[in-house]
Amino acid sequence: MEKIIELEFRDVFKHFAGSPHPTLNKLNLSCEKGKIHVLIGHSGAGKSVTLKHALKLVDPDGGQIFVKGEDIGQIKESGLNGLRSHFGMLFQNSALFDGLSVSENISFPMREKFPKLLESEYLNRVDELLASVGLDGQQDKMPSQLSGGMRKRVGLARAICLKPSILLFDEPTTGLDPQTADLIDRLIVQTSRNLGATSLIISHDVHAALRFGDFVSMIWEGKIIETGSPDEIRRSANPVVHQFLKSAGAL
Amino acid sequence: MNFLRQSLGRIFNPFVGPITGLGHYGIFVFESLRWIVRPPFRMRVLIDEIEFIGNESLFIVALTSIFTGAVFAYQSWLAFDLVGTESLVGASVGLALVRNLGPVMTSIVVAGRAGAAIAAQIGNMRVTEQLDALEVMAISPKQYLVLPKILAGVICLPLLVGFFDLIGNLGGYVVAVYVCNIDKAIYVEKLKFFLAPWDFYHGIIKALFFGFTLTSIGCYKGFYCKDGAQGVGRATNEAVVFSFVTILVMDYFLSIYIPTGIRTQG
Repeated sequence: MEKIIELEFRDVFKHFAGSPHPTLNKLNLSCEKGKIHVLIGHSGAGKSVTLKHALKLVDPDGGQIFVKGEDIGQIKESGLNGLRSHFGMLFQNSALFDGLSVSENISFPMREKFPKLLESEYLNRVDELLASVGLDGQQDKMPSQLSGGMRKRVGLARAICLKPSILLFDEPTTGLDPQTADLIDRLIVQTSRNLGATSLIISHDVHAALRFGDFVSMIWEGKIIETGSPDEIRRSANPVVHQFLKSAGAL
Repeated sequence: MNFLRQSLGRIFNPFVGPITGLGHYGIFVFESLRWIVRPPFRMRVLIDEIEFIGNESLFIVALTSIFTGAVFAYQSWLAFDLVGTESLVGASVGLALVRNLGPVMTSIVVAGRAGAAIAAQIGNMRVTEQLDALEVMAISPKQYLVLPKILAGVICLPLLVGFFDLIGNLGGYVVAVYVCNIDKAIYVEKLKFFLAPWDFYHGIIKALFFGFTLTSIGCYKGFYCKDGAQGVGRATNEAVVFSFVTILVMDYFLSIYIPTGIRTQG
């Protein structure tokens, strides 16, 4: 069966003013449709910037990014909504809207995109999504009343509200205890598989990356230095990858 | 050549930052206002902002205006009494409040209350990635957050200034009549004689500019906030200081160029 590439970075280069080195240095990465791709690397290696490029929140200084085969560099401001409607994203700190309840946060994208639905339709979808992330009955709580793990789950529910075809996760388990982190990891896998979505996950957690990623890529100094299945990554001869896995206790 | 470049650099470098900043602010405002003609139009968000900037400022504006009117009447009476023209206290208070003190004091109070809150809210949303989250949901933060705040500022400030004028004059009247013992009829007659509709319009037109300025500066400072909680604090502080200074400078030029109802006693 022919592989379909949903998200592709070709020679992407980005150098922020004031930084001594480029953040992305001819980065190449391809994400296959329906697969879970995990991007691992040290802090400051350019992982989060890579995600922001996919959403055109940041423009590259060089190279091209393709989303569903379309070069997003050619998309004008008026076409951004169309591009971003393909994506759902779980942010590092969940990025829930402080002034809105859990229910309002989750239904927010739906209310914006389909403003003429009945209130009951929004609420039914919220109930369904909260049940899928194991948070039934938390509709009326405010974000400040939730724990870190609960916030992540609400963020995940909001990210999948409109059933996007590409899911992006920015360090989804950072700052969580191992048990909650494991729960979030399992929810991410389950959600991605259920939606049939292409997922790109940025993670520090090498163990989790090797356990649930279909493909794992390592970024170093703004470049992808290794890509492959978890087994291929474990067997990598690249000394940087080897050292990274070893220091994380994954070998 | 090098010496010349360095000398010119020393002269012009201090101006580069402010001019660049002004240009950046101009682009930000333009990009935000462009959304005024593009759907969706979120009336509910606009009404919420009017409630926050307008309705929730009423008490503090009332408090400020009554004491401004009162103290201005008392100070005017002390001065006019020296030359036996205390009958002009009403006109003096009325004109000062309606033309200048009303729009300036109201704007400063609203900038300190709502302008600071706007900068802090948007700044916090920036550093916690909530603005990015809006963009990912294909919602422009400039359309969703900035435009309603600017529109609410432009709508609310003239109304608040009208309210300030009313309450301030009431405060002035009470002090002039009951503390300074000025005759009620004379106070009112002189006020009516000297105060023309254009004096009131003058203050209201200023309020339109000030409402736009204080909300757009608050939004701008919050929108480009960085460096976490410290950055939010800095953005809030800068929003208030920049708004105060801009309002005071603008007030001078607007006072010159906006017509008033000046008339002389015939």
